[in-house]
Amino acid sequence: MEFAFTDEQAMIADTVRGFFAENATSERTRRAMAADGIDRELWTSFATELGLAGIGLPEEHGGAGLGMVEMAQVAEAAGAQVAALPLLGHVMIGQAIARGGSEAQKAEWLPRLAAGELIATVAWAPQLSVMDARISGTFPFLPHGASADLLLVHSGSEAWIVDLKGAGVSVQAHVTMDQTRPFATATLDGAQGERLADGDAAIAGALAAGWICLAAEALGGAQATLDRTVAYSKERVQFGRQIGSFQAYKHRLADMMIEIEQARSAVYWAACAVDEGSDEAQVALHSAKAFCADTYFMCAGNMIQLHGGIGFTWEHDAHLFFKRARSIQTLLGDGQWHREQVASAVLGAAA
Amino acid sequence: MKLGFSPADEAFRAECAEWLQAEMTGEFADIRGIPNLCDAIPRRKEWEQRLGEAGWGCIGWPREWGGRDATIAQQVIFAEEYARAGAPNRINHIGVELAGPTILAFGSDEQKARYLPEIAAGRQIWCQGYSEPNAGSDLANVKTKARLEDGQWVVNGQKVWTSLAHYSDMIFVVARSEEGSAGPKGLSFLLMDMDQPGIEVRPIRQINGEAEFNETFLTDARCAADAMLGAQGEGWKVAMALLAFERGVSTLGQQMQFRNELDAVIDAAKANGKSSDPVLRQKIARAEIGLRLMRYGALRMLSGTDLAAIDGAALTYKIQWATWRRDLGELGMEVLGQAGEVSASAHYGWPQLPNLFLYARADTIYGGTNQIQRNLIAERGLGLPREPRGSQ
Repeated sequence: MEFAFTDEQAMIADTVRGFFAENATSERTRRAMAADGIDRELWTSFATELGLAGIGLPEEHGGAGLGMVEMAQVAEAAGAQVAALPLLGHVMIGQAIARGGSEAQKAEWLPRLAAGELIATVAWAPQLSVMDARISGTFPFLPHGASADLLLVHSGSEAWIVDLKGAGVSVQAHVTMDQTRPFATATLDGAQGERLADGDAAIAGALAAGWICLAAEALGGAQATLDRTVAYSKERVQFGRQIGSFQAYKHRLADMMIEIEQARSAVYWAACAVDEGSDEAQVALHSAKAFCADTYFMCAGNMIQLHGGIGFTWEHDAHLFFKRARSIQTLLGDGQWHREQVASAVLGAAA
Repeated sequence: MKLGFSPADEAFRAECAEWLQAEMTGEFADIRGIPNLCDAIPRRKEWEQRLGEAGWGCIGWPREWGGRDATIAQQVIFAEEYARAGAPNRINHIGVELAGPTILAFGSDEQKARYLPEIAAGRQIWCQGYSEPNAGSDLANVKTKARLEDGQWVVNGQKVWTSLAHYSDMIFVVARSEEGSAGPKGLSFLLMDMDQPGIEVRPIRQINGEAEFNETFLTDARCAADAMLGAQGEGWKVAMALLAFERGVSTLGQQMQFRNELDAVIDAAKANGKSSDPVLRQKIARAEIGLRLMRYGALRMLSGTDLAAIDGAALTYKIQWATWRRDLGELGMEVLGQAGEVSASAHYGWPQLPNLFLYARADTIYGGTNQIQRNLIAERGLGLPREPRGSQ
């Protein structure tokens, strides 16, 4: 029974936690929010100094050769600070190519992704219009889409990479509620696409990484809302008592912890299941995405309520967590969709 | 970080499974799958003794006291296989999981020699004398009194919610041994024979019509002066340590039972067509996710290397499973509809899911109510200020 971090994993967790706490400060994140939602300096040190952009990519292509557990640890730490990083598209395209790319495609793209030279975004399309490897169509809600160099678009069993800086591409940035991961719409008009060799493997890899990334970000964010609210409840005095001594208050904090501990089990269950190729991996992924997103939203909402008026202000960070939580709930399939996948696994498809 | 067990542990699993399977399809097939703690007691006493003879009674204990020195992983595996084989709920779970470990931790060598081999052999059934009419959540508000007289403790008072008392051989009693003391001070932890004129047991009928627990009246009940764990007046320390044993390796076995219950809900939904209702599908998915997360939470709790640290997974586990099971009981009734409200039995008795619906109301109360659990989580886990106490 070893469902606990190894010594090496515990060290990684400490390192990334320290890195994001020190660097992904509220001040820097807010500067990024006023621009395109990416703290470039943070991204550069993340990729080059710590070498974390390639954490889940193979060593022979410039990565660290680690698994989903370690990637989840990174995403958890980034989420705890609501870091303005293009992590989601990055881990998805990385796993798509690592698992579904030809050797030539891996050699071409992975070293540059591992070095953090490219920013990526992702779209799923119900149908894809492709003529001679030229793709046309409108792709909305691309996370960090206006800053991205690459688009991974998948449909059915096909996964394609598109150079968003190339010909036949126009991108419209949107004012987005979560300014740390703003959306854009890309319109492709015969843009050159590169089809990944094994579409099914690429899509499975991308979705697993994306769901784990979001679930882990949600876990980190939820734990941060709890930690910050606990700290506040010990400082703030009303009726001559620390407000954290009132049962109505402390029971809400306890409820947050109960959900967060389950979310922690969910993230690392899913990450381990993918790394080990377990039969449970799909159920684990759907469970983790649905459960962690809901946990985060509940906790972020409680953070605002338990801070009172100050929690409603722009100045306080509570809204950063709240908006990220809302965004995670819908990204890559909402909770109802993921729960329906779990229901199908245990009940069979709906009649 | 890994999900599974080692090959050596899996070999151990095969060994337990084989033995349990043989017993549950052979000599003890008649008591396979009994869910409660009140039916077929004589046969279940025989089963406890069979477990003891074969060395499966208390596998986590040291060999010298009748155990196997089993690792935590092995204990977890045994608990899982025990439940998987449909072996009946242990009628001596209080002896095996609470009294035994507490005697191991606090008992003298003489006390260990007196009690542990008997428990391990399945010959001594224990019950727990903690709660009183005015000591529920406020467990330290004990009124039962103990005084030393002619080399014996003489005990007077009343205990309540004493599960299994009607067929137990022994009871541990928390009693006030210092006249005029209050709260956690001045309590002693006594080990008493149930078979004596000073102890009277009256069953309490529960919400589901059954009677698993009792009121226990102590009227000049007696035990030897040295039938005490810990020092005189320091029984609270022992009592609290015992409660810490209450969560542990049996949790994964308990989860096998939860799995059976959720499967019963799923089967009922498939049978009556509710499995196509999108709202119920969402609720069943939530239950499924909750159960899976319970398993990995328990594995996380039991894999932890730093046992001294207050572990979040351990601290939140009780309220998590209790609330999950209560919700499952409600979901079961929602799936069954009115058919769940009518019993085919001639007396007031219920099949699995309606019984679960009723019984699970106890889960969020016993062993620390959900409200007490939230206090513990907030105060121990999050370091929040303690609730101000009223005067005793």
